[in-house]
Amino acid sequence: MKRFAELLDGLVYTSSRNDKVKRLIEYFDTTPDPDRGWALAAMCSVVDLPGAKPGIVRGMIANRVDPELFRLSYDYVGDLAETVSLIWPETIAKNHATLSLNDIVTELRAADRNKVKLLLDRWLNTLDAKGRWALLKFLMGGLRIGVSGRLARISLSEWSGVAVEQIEEIWHGVEPPYTDLFAWLNGNSPKPDIDGKAVYRPLMLAHPIEFKDLTDLDPRDYIAEWKWDGIRVQLASRNGTVRLFSRTGDDIGRVFPDIVEGVNFDGVIDGELLVYDRDSFRQGFEPAPFNNLQQRLNRKTVSSKILAEYPAFIRAYDILYDKTEDLRSLPMSKRRERLEEWYQSKTPTFADLSPIVSFSNWSELETLRSSARGKAREGLMIKRRNSAYEPGRRRGLWFKWKRDAMLLDCVLMYAQRGHGRRSSYFSDYTFGVWREDGLVPIGKAYSGFTDEELQGLDKWVRDHTTERFGPVRAVEQGVVFEVAFDSLHASKRHKSGLAMRFPRIHRIRWDKPPSDADTLQAAEALMEI
Amino acid sequence: MVANGKHPRSWMEVRPAGLYCRPGDFYIDPVRPVERAIITHGHADHARSGHKYVLSTLETSEIMKVRYGANCAKLIEQLPYGKAQVVGDAEVKLMPAGHILGSAQVVIEYRGYRVVISGDYKRRVDQTCEPFVPVSCDVFITEATFGLPVFRHPPDADEIGRLLKSVELFPDRCHVVGAYALGKCQRIINLLREAGWDRPIPLHGALKNLCGLYERLGVSLGQLEDATVNDVSSFVGAIVLAPPSALANKWIRRLPEPVTAMASGWMLIRQRARQRNVELPMVISDHADWNELLQTLDDVAAPEVWVTHGREEALVRAAELRGIKAKALNLIGFEDDSA
Repeated sequence: MKRFAELLDGLVYTSSRNDKVKRLIEYFDTTPDPDRGWALAAMCSVVDLPGAKPGIVRGMIANRVDPELFRLSYDYVGDLAETVSLIWPETIAKNHATLSLNDIVTELRAADRNKVKLLLDRWLNTLDAKGRWALLKFLMGGLRIGVSGRLARISLSEWSGVAVEQIEEIWHGVEPPYTDLFAWLNGNSPKPDIDGKAVYRPLMLAHPIEFKDLTDLDPRDYIAEWKWDGIRVQLASRNGTVRLFSRTGDDIGRVFPDIVEGVNFDGVIDGELLVYDRDSFRQGFEPAPFNNLQQRLNRKTVSSKILAEYPAFIRAYDILYDKTEDLRSLPMSKRRERLEEWYQSKTPTFADLSPIVSFSNWSELETLRSSARGKAREGLMIKRRNSAYEPGRRRGLWFKWKRDAMLLDCVLMYAQRGHGRRSSYFSDYTFGVWREDGLVPIGKAYSGFTDEELQGLDKWVRDHTTERFGPVRAVEQGVVFEVAFDSLHASKRHKSGLAMRFPRIHRIRWDKPPSDADTLQAAEALMEI
Repeated sequence: MVANGKHPRSWMEVRPAGLYCRPGDFYIDPVRPVERAIITHGHADHARSGHKYVLSTLETSEIMKVRYGANCAKLIEQLPYGKAQVVGDAEVKLMPAGHILGSAQVVIEYRGYRVVISGDYKRRVDQTCEPFVPVSCDVFITEATFGLPVFRHPPDADEIGRLLKSVELFPDRCHVVGAYALGKCQRIINLLREAGWDRPIPLHGALKNLCGLYERLGVSLGQLEDATVNDVSSFVGAIVLAPPSALANKWIRRLPEPVTAMASGWMLIRQRARQRNVELPMVISDHADWNELLQTLDDVAAPEVWVTHGREEALVRAAELRGIKAKALNLIGFEDDSA
């Protein structure tokens, strides 16, 4: 417990990604099984301990601290585990070194509700504040230490030298405390057997390309598809287990019952997760703007109201497995045939096929691409007909040809301190456009400029601050950004009622007076319907 | 005390300029210029310039002169700890508060009643100032900066130990400790010296004057040097002190791979430390923590407690649970920053 508490505590205060990885590597290296596996499970939010729920902890603290004082403290601290760990009455005897994560899991799993209370009580009394905090975080989840499951697996990869794609591929086939995984990573045993399990297969990715580079390629060797503006997913079904993986390999199936529950096949499909407009649903799915999909993402649960308002479907790009048959070594053109066969035979209610865009030369495709504004299309995908499905970004096989970015001239309104390497710089910028009553914020960006430009902007912000709110500074109206973005949607996040997709600073227009920047009206004209 | 006297409720009041004593016609730590002020200690939110007549300890008056210049008040009168002085119809004494050098509680006696205004205070040992002396009284007017049961500050030596361990762990980096210029900075230096750290301590320019003053007033701090120099190569492995604002400022970029530490009671709350990009939070405070606040309520044994600033609600609640009559004064103008 002590090692785990030190790890979590250290991670909270580490802002650099590399330093986080270093701490994790050190932990995996020096902590024996099965504790390191339980720690890994906690960081990937897959520990599920029945009984040790926030309600029990609240009940226990209510017996020890005046409820009003607890309420005031919780209000102030804002985190249940931290509040309880700090407020828990101190006792003298501390022997936290002997309590292991594995003890905790083993004892809790064998305990009934009353026993759970006794156990928690005993542990909280023997731990110090840091240990109590780590224990409660371990039990209740929601670590808030700035480590994602993906980062944990990257650390495993750097620690062991095994490629992260390989770890991702078996990740959903192994279970806490992952002793088989660690044994394999240590080179002490073969790769864990994942046959018969619905696991994540690392995705094949595309390189960005521009028109001038396309002209070197023979159009006859390639097929084109629309690049749909949703999120890339992989739907895996095996022996009755269905999983919907995001591109980082996280299973998001729980909040997409409209997809998972309709699955009627064994295999693995690669596609784009989109939301459609139920009112316009007639012959097929009509994808809604990305903003609608956003209503479904980053949720822990999904209500029937949200399900009805933002129904989801998958637009299928590729098939990786048909039943147990691995199709990944087949050429793209062959896989496409298999995908179409799969679609015909299964007629899935939760998916359709991403249509092939026919073209005879690149100029013709360019015309199609520039006409693709709206309709949830981000641009085109160009895939080599003979390409096998290979994990990662392979050269010369798949390309993404995004449509040209849209541009708006916006005025810098607020600047915020960055993180890590940039923590002494004002590097996150909120900018706005003009409305009759002044500037209204429309977006926020923290990339697209060089280090040298950042220094110039940082100095300008410091010299032209009008107000300070914690880490944020309001500035004079003096800098115009030419902001590039992929699309513009209706949104409640900003006062302007608009939100940009992938905004970045395209150019800093030191030459342009702020009064000449764009208006909200001009921005609204670029909106996706 | 005398039962037929006049209760402080009828002669202590909260006015827009701050806490006011009517029979003495003076304010305590007023937030705007007044005729007569008693200043508990030198922090900027308590000691402001522009008053006509100021009464304070010698150290506090020296601090005010360093910060605001010799003309910061028309007349500054110094009153040693424990010596009684008549102000108007009231009798006033200053007693050590243990907060920073020169910090004082104000003891007011009038018509048989005694009121103690704690100012900011702490109870644990701090070698850079006189320790807090509890004075029994009828009404105790206390601060409550850390007035929540979650605030239990660990021993100072543990926190300094963590800093020294980090220096040992990262010998190629420079540790920068953010510490408030008055009080906290000198206390950190003193604690480092106590722990055996005898290397010169480089200081940000904003800390220099007050460290000089502490030395002149008899608090020795060991060898200090200027941190804002061109050649910073000697700062590898050093512990540098700077005001908290400098941690997120351009100034820090000059230092060799700085580890950012911050010494403050707020560092107990993880997300607070995280918001400030602190890598090494040190829970060292010049204010009483929860246990010290409650201990003090017991020590002064006042039947009535008024709470000036901080987490008033919780301390009022805790006092009431102890059977003490309590209320919040809701004074404005005091900041949490120097905690």
